[in-house]
Amino acid sequence: MKKFLMTVGAVAVAFGAAASTADAAMDKVKACWVYVGPIGDFGWSYQHNQGLLAVKAALGDKVETAFVESVAEADSEKTFERFARDGCNIVFGTSFGYMEPMLKVAAKFPDVKFEHATGYKTADNLGTYNAKFHEGRYVIGQIAAKMSKAGKAGYIVSFPIPEVVSGINAFMLGAQTVNPDFKIEVIWANTWFDPAKEADAAKVLLGKGVDIMVQHTDSTAPLQESEKAGAQGFGQASDMIKFAPKAQLTAIVDDWSPHYIKSVTAVLEGSWKSGQYWGGMNDGEVVMAPFTNMPEDVAKMAMETTAAIKAGTLNPFGGKITKQDGTMVENLGDGDILGMNWYVKGVDDKLPQ
Amino acid sequence: MTEALGFLFANFFSLNTQLIVLAALTPFLLAALGELVTERSGVLNLGVEGMMIMGAVAGFGGAFLTQNPWVGIITSILAGMAMALLFAFLSITLVTNQVASGLALTLLGLGLSGLIGESFVGQPGVKLPAIAGIDPLMVAAPILTLIVAFVLFRTRWGLVIRAVGNNHNAAHALGYGVSKVRYLCVLFGGACSGLAGGYLALVYTPQWVENMTAGKGWIALALVVFASWRPIRMAAGAYLFGAISILAFQIQTYGWGIPPQFLNSLPYLVTILALVLISGSRALATRNTPAMLGQPFVPDR
Repeated sequence: MKKFLMTVGAVAVAFGAAASTADAAMDKVKACWVYVGPIGDFGWSYQHNQGLLAVKAALGDKVETAFVESVAEADSEKTFERFARDGCNIVFGTSFGYMEPMLKVAAKFPDVKFEHATGYKTADNLGTYNAKFHEGRYVIGQIAAKMSKAGKAGYIVSFPIPEVVSGINAFMLGAQTVNPDFKIEVIWANTWFDPAKEADAAKVLLGKGVDIMVQHTDSTAPLQESEKAGAQGFGQASDMIKFAPKAQLTAIVDDWSPHYIKSVTAVLEGSWKSGQYWGGMNDGEVVMAPFTNMPEDVAKMAMETTAAIKAGTLNPFGGKITKQDGTMVENLGDGDILGMNWYVKGVDDKLPQ
Repeated sequence: MTEALGFLFANFFSLNTQLIVLAALTPFLLAALGELVTERSGVLNLGVEGMMIMGAVAGFGGAFLTQNPWVGIITSILAGMAMALLFAFLSITLVTNQVASGLALTLLGLGLSGLIGESFVGQPGVKLPAIAGIDPLMVAAPILTLIVAFVLFRTRWGLVIRAVGNNHNAAHALGYGVSKVRYLCVLFGGACSGLAGGYLALVYTPQWVENMTAGKGWIALALVVFASWRPIRMAAGAYLFGAISILAFQIQTYGWGIPPQFLNSLPYLVTILALVLISGSRALATRNTPAMLGQPFVPDR
């Protein structure tokens, strides 16, 4: 009888505790992912899927995973709804365009947790997560300025969204610490992923005499063209050294595993909370691939910069910054970077509106 | 500005740029040539994209597994033909709806290629050798265009193909094997589309990634229609499309502040406009349109 009462008491206490925070701990969690592209793109969706695999490896049989790939933004709502009905405890959506559909479905299923990559709207059961890619861009800017004999880099970009614009700016700020007159030639490809088109853009830039290639599009094509032409460049989203053993200087690798493991574990333990998470180098979410094909001193500088950013002593957007139009800004906060729609001084391109 | 225009002009007409254009137009031209012959025989195959992507994955796989790019060229052609054979069986033998079967072929190709190519992702490909920036297929595509033009309009075979495409009942009454001719034309289309996919995976961007054709099959289809089923005109359209795409990128690097979204849509606008203008006369367009296009053939006896 005493034992029974103790059990009841323990259950009551546990229940009370759980109710006072958020949810009860679970024995097993079902985590589900919705990808915008195919997992075979060797870029964005591929890296998210690597995160899924890491969750599986870390949590073993405590987690059941599921994913759907190549889900267009326009008909993503039914995919999220299906996952919510299928007993997923947490659903990750990995494209900016999923924002409204996720908000809608999250309101319908208050017991299911949702996390939206790169978005900015939240709800009680919908959080966001993103990575500080610009930290990596600052490092490659320094490398580019050191390595370029022409003093200019080609820069292939997808769409004029803050993530891309802040990337260009961070790159330029990094480059200017080495060479204040460093130039970039920008081509907007208007696509995230079209290998042939990206290759065309790279060929045009190489034809104009750039010897360093930077890309904010997802395929390996620009790097392959650089290798062919004897120029050098940087990998995007994943380590692309296999495709350009002589050309890749380093790559900015997205590593979503730490965040995914943390979030799924939180659901398992009943401690998940909605919020806006923005991880960088320090959190292991933005990782620099090995510094290759460069002299020792350049690699050393790159490593020191990386270490300084990790330690928090260097902030790419810290201090005073001169905009393209000559005005000055300082003390930029996260919100300013997440909404960046202007160029820094030294960028010759006109920002498309 | 005038000085910059001069630079742009010189840059665009340089040998280097013209080679870039030639490489850019090759996959479109190859796929469109195959579709042109298919449509000339009266069959509308909307599965170009699907055959192309299968050609790409098979070409990559063949070359990767044997480390020989020429094997890749052959496997890409065979994969395109295998897809075409499936389409031919459905649409010619079983007389299913050609539009639906073609769309299904595209969906099948996109899905199946992803499945087959799963282990190829992240592997560097084997490259077809090129001499001074000129690869064999870049030369083969224009030659093939001339051959197709010659065969279609100067030979008996071409006459038979066009007869089947214009009036299959009459051709049948004259004793020509309508189904046989159409099978062969569809297979030729598959071979060309497969080769176009192989070009992407072996020459253009030597790698395999899912959906790497990124809609090129659909542009090839549009080229056929806008060139009113004439091979030489179609080659001109393909050149225009390739040239404007490259020129649009070059203009961007001059920083004149022209919205890149507009520049990137120029190839589509200009090509359609030009081909519509040169195909302008309605009588001419009607004369060139295969009259039986998309219509199933069931012999009376």
